[in-house]
Amino acid sequence: MPAEPTVVLTARAVERTVRRMADELLELNDGIERLILVGIQRRGVQIAERLAAVIAEREGRDVPRGALDITLYRDDLQSVGPIPLVGRTDLPVEIDGQVVVIVDDVLFTGRTIRAALDELADFGRPARILLAVLVDRGGRELPIQPDVVGKTVDVPLGHRIDVLVSALDGRDEVVLAPVKPA
Amino acid sequence: MSGLLGKDLLGLEYLTAEQITQVLDTAVPLKEISERAIKKVPTLRGATVVNLFFEASTRTRISFEFAEKRMSADTVNVASAGSSVSKGETLVDTARNLEAMRIDMVVIRHGSSGAARFLAERIESNVINAGDGTHEHPTQGLLDLLTLRDRFGDLRGKRVCICGDVLHSRVARSNIWGLTKLGAEVAVCGPRSLLPNAMEEFNVTIFDRIEQAIEWADALNILRLQLERMQAGHIPSLREYNRVFGVTRERLERAPRDILILHPGPMNRGVEIDSDVADGPHSVILDQVTNGVAVRMAVLYLLAGHNPKLAAAAKGGA
Amino acid sequence: MSAPVVIRGGRIIDPSANTDTVGDLLLQDGVVRSVGDRLGAIDGAIEIDATGRVVSPGFVDVHCHLREPGREDVETIATGAAAAAAGGFTAVCAMPNTDPVTDNQAAVGFVKRQGEAARQARVYPIGAITIGQKGERLAEFGEMVGAGAVAVSDDGKPVVSAQMMRSALEYARTFNIPVADHCEDPTLAAGGAMNEGFISARLGLKGIPAEAEEIMAIRDILLARLTGGHVHLCHMSTVGSVELIRWGKERGIRVTAEVCPHHLSLTEDAVEGYDTNAKMNPPLRTAKDVEALQQAVKDGTIDVIATDHAPHHYDEKEREFSDAPNGIIGLETALAVNITWLVKRGVVDVRTLIEKMSCAPARLFGLPGGTFAKGALGDVTVFDPTAEWKVDAATFRSKGRNTPYRGHTLTGRVDATVVGGRVVFQRGE
Repeated sequence: MPAEPTVVLTARAVERTVRRMADELLELNDGIERLILVGIQRRGVQIAERLAAVIAEREGRDVPRGALDITLYRDDLQSVGPIPLVGRTDLPVEIDGQVVVIVDDVLFTGRTIRAALDELADFGRPARILLAVLVDRGGRELPIQPDVVGKTVDVPLGHRIDVLVSALDGRDEVVLAPVKPA
Repeated sequence: MSGLLGKDLLGLEYLTAEQITQVLDTAVPLKEISERAIKKVPTLRGATVVNLFFEASTRTRISFEFAEKRMSADTVNVASAGSSVSKGETLVDTARNLEAMRIDMVVIRHGSSGAARFLAERIESNVINAGDGTHEHPTQGLLDLLTLRDRFGDLRGKRVCICGDVLHSRVARSNIWGLTKLGAEVAVCGPRSLLPNAMEEFNVTIFDRIEQAIEWADALNILRLQLERMQAGHIPSLREYNRVFGVTRERLERAPRDILILHPGPMNRGVEIDSDVADGPHSVILDQVTNGVAVRMAVLYLLAGHNPKLAAAAKGGA
Repeated sequence: MSAPVVIRGGRIIDPSANTDTVGDLLLQDGVVRSVGDRLGAIDGAIEIDATGRVVSPGFVDVHCHLREPGREDVETIATGAAAAAAGGFTAVCAMPNTDPVTDNQAAVGFVKRQGEAARQARVYPIGAITIGQKGERLAEFGEMVGAGAVAVSDDGKPVVSAQMMRSALEYARTFNIPVADHCEDPTLAAGGAMNEGFISARLGLKGIPAEAEEIMAIRDILLARLTGGHVHLCHMSTVGSVELIRWGKERGIRVTAEVCPHHLSLTEDAVEGYDTNAKMNPPLRTAKDVEALQQAVKDGTIDVIATDHAPHHYDEKEREFSDAPNGIIGLETALAVNITWLVKRGVVDVRTLIEKMSCAPARLFGLPGGTFAKGALGDVTVFDPTAEWKVDAATFRSKGRNTPYRGHTLTGRVDATVVGGRVVFQRGE
């Protein structure tokens, strides 16, 4: 097992992966019709931006985008305590009858996606909800599966996956790193 | 979790600038919830909040109630009239009875300064001060700060004058602490009979004339003048108060800059504030009301995780 | 006849006779027989070892509230007199703001009889100035004095009418008793809960300005000048009052004044956190006031230290600050507070403290005691001026638990109290 951080995806690999994910989404939905990309704060929003850019390039049309902050829908408020910084939820278009793609950087236990599904339900009734993640690291605690996956990574015990995006972290990279003792 | 609020919100005097900023930062995204078709998030599902109002209040109670409901808490309102509270039951007995019913949070409005703290020291539940006597009204202070920050971006160096009956005003005290901590310059303006004798020690500027305050300020927070003050001999008449201290359009037109107008409500139009000022282009009085719900949601949220009972229950179930 | 009492080897201090000597004190037949001489064994005598202790004429408190009749649930004359004995007081004067008010000879006689029955510290009644303390009609001073009253006071409230106060001072001259006034302008103090200042403004509590006391103090001093009567100003709390009393005394006006241990030790800071045990009237003031009052004790402007012992029920103090009653208990902490804040810090010596707690109060109120002159009352207090102890109100003999000194470590402790040659209190080992 690596004791040092290992790069799982380089910047160029991230770029290629995002392109492929965009293509798979278009294939799944048979085009751009009724498609809305909704990123989960904060890195999911960044990945959704990338996907949207690729889709716009392919289809010549912008796809509507939104952001979800699931902090207030978490199920662990009382045990973990409130997260001090609540992000913005922003759904600029009606989602009733649309195909909503939830976009996140890493899929792990599935609890974040459960919260996102609950939050989406408060905004309307989409015709279909898809899930696209850059990395699926396994370890699900809920019956939730992605529809589009960038890369599946087997994460050994005591390690975590860090997704870095240039807008927030200065570079694009996916890193497997040992968990530092608290 | 040192950056959070702790168990209770009793006053802004007891918070750091970081804590105040955190409440305001948390309130900003919460505003969006009130714009949704379904104005509700499940955050405080299962938490029981009691709104314990020993003094009549419509605005603050409704604002808290909306905040609680939008966070999915179960709420019970206890008003003093008609309850055991008015039958001579002591505050400590009321508190213990509520606690015995396994509540999680109490929002208390009470006519005695220190009542919220008194309660907080005697029950495990989170206590939120919704106004205690002439001491503090911290959520009003926070919503005033949020309203000012929405307009000014940063409060540092901004000049805010609190006008009117500072002596009897819990809103004034909360504003003075909050504004000072966030770096604003604070002044007060009112008849000296309605200012505390030790006003200087709050490190605020004192204006005897409203014209001077208007000349100086970026914003005026105009306090409600209670009609009882006239009977108690603090001022001769409401008419004269309006003539000498009233914020009127004519006075504002002479200001060297646009001045934001705040009022905690309910307003006495034609006494401390004229209608064309209250309804004028620089009035943010309705923004204050909107922000009130968001700020109270933020406070509920930030205090909730600090409820030891709820936390223990959550761990026990995990 | 009770057995003789020998108090051996203590430092006997009697300011009234200018005595300060180490030796033995003999009490026999209820009176002082021998002061200072080393004594041999005395048959059947009760021995008290006072080595390393101070032996003082018994303390006299000219201002306490024993609550009986009316509020026997918070204190009785018996429990109050026992608390007094435990605090080293051999005599206390009970204020008349009871229910009903002690404003007639029958009521005064009742207090006196209850005090005698308690067989603890002596209890001297103070009669009301006006009937029902209503400020409207003078009470019958003559009959009350005949029944045992040693002074008159409407304490708990001021005598609002200057004319009424004038009459009281004039009329009291016939009986040669002091008129003790609670100095407070009721309109300035109305609704007040603490000292007026920055802290009251911050806490949102209505303040009582120093001037509320000072206005009444100077009025009373001027009325004493007008009438030639003896005005005694209760529980003085401000710098200004001290200056006014000094002004009066310099002019030969018959004004005497008392201060309470809490006003010599605590400031308004104690109210922070809305501690109702720091709520009293007059309120705790500022550090400047405390300093001026301490100096006034030293220079004689203030004549006596009195406790204003005011027990309240636990429930009554366990409530919102503005609704809680005024007052704290003081009999069992007075000596230690005075030693801790005055003697230990070098403001006054033990001798001066004894003058303020024993000799002067007895003299001003015309009471026996306050002296070891041969044949004087066998009223003695033995105390250790260096012993440290932690205040635990649960151990008090008073029914009251309302003390702001709870948990404080104080210096100075009473070892034994003897009243009329009878040991009424002795600390167990």
